[in-house]
Amino acid sequence: MLAGIANLARGVAMDPMHQFQIRPLIPIRIPMAGHLIDISFTNSSLLMIAAVLVTILFLTLAMSGRTLVPGRAQSVAEISYEFISNMIRDTAGPEGMRYFPFIYALFVFILACNLLGLLPFSFTVMSHIIVTFAMALAVILAVVVIGFARHGLGFLKLFAPSGVPWWLMWLIIPIEVMSFLIRPFSLGLRLFANMLAGHLILDVFASFVIGLAGLGTLGIIGALAPFGVSVAMSALELLVAFLQAYVFAILSSIYLRDALHPGH
Amino acid sequence: MDVQAATVLAKYLGAGMACLAMAGAAIGIGIIFGNYLQAAIRNPAAAQQQFGNLIFGFAVTEVFGIVGIVVAFLLLFAL
Repeated sequence: MLAGIANLARGVAMDPMHQFQIRPLIPIRIPMAGHLIDISFTNSSLLMIAAVLVTILFLTLAMSGRTLVPGRAQSVAEISYEFISNMIRDTAGPEGMRYFPFIYALFVFILACNLLGLLPFSFTVMSHIIVTFAMALAVILAVVVIGFARHGLGFLKLFAPSGVPWWLMWLIIPIEVMSFLIRPFSLGLRLFANMLAGHLILDVFASFVIGLAGLGTLGIIGALAPFGVSVAMSALELLVAFLQAYVFAILSSIYLRDALHPGH
Repeated sequence: MDVQAATVLAKYLGAGMACLAMAGAAIGIGIIFGNYLQAAIRNPAAAQQQFGNLIFGFAVTEVFGIVGIVVAFLLLFAL
């Protein structure tokens, strides 16, 4: 056991950030305008393609029977459809159902990526802020374009909510503009930080198990504690995977409501 | 103490201090869910309708706790 403690004291460093490294599986570099553009096929791209394939396969195979009284797989597919369609009708109203494919695709893609990231030796696509920020930016751009297309300049009524006295407008309008502009950042940061923090915690507790088990028989008994925490954290991460996908979808739906009915 | 060592010391201290932000976020999340439970026990029929608002409120409050821990992780591992 003393040898084990000596090992720990020598400072074999724990590097939980290593799991987030992007590894190019098929390096592709294209010279363009004097620079070398890197469009390699990375582990992130592989997981994204896997998420899309898993989703398409599950939905088509589950609905292939198309029985009136659904079996188990068809139930899951129908429940996911109804879950999102009810959510859109509650938040964005019936005219929000025009954008159901967009919101459903967001929900299912994020859910599949999160769930695939929980498998051993896998990679969490959403743990890179550029991915989540790109998706959030796409949502906010859609909101702005839809808002201006439907209401023209009346979309700007969003920043002057009804019921505010005229002598407060000088304060309210900048606050509303800032809180609108922060939406893509908060939307992307929420998903990114949840995925990053979750997987970091899983890695750190797993390294505790290994570190303690290296301390001899007493250490192996002691390693049961971080092992139990790892199991509990994995369950929590499963919940967070569903929750964060749902939160992204419901917030996109709420922002869409602002585009469809500006002025609260 | 040289600048390198002082920087590392300051980073670890800063990471610890950044974790205090989670206290506020935790209290806020507790308040939201507590209010939802209180109201749901008084009016169980309307509780399911407000579930969407509950999750939305939880999400926007959690952001601030997450921002705190991201600052801590940035200080520890990326800066």
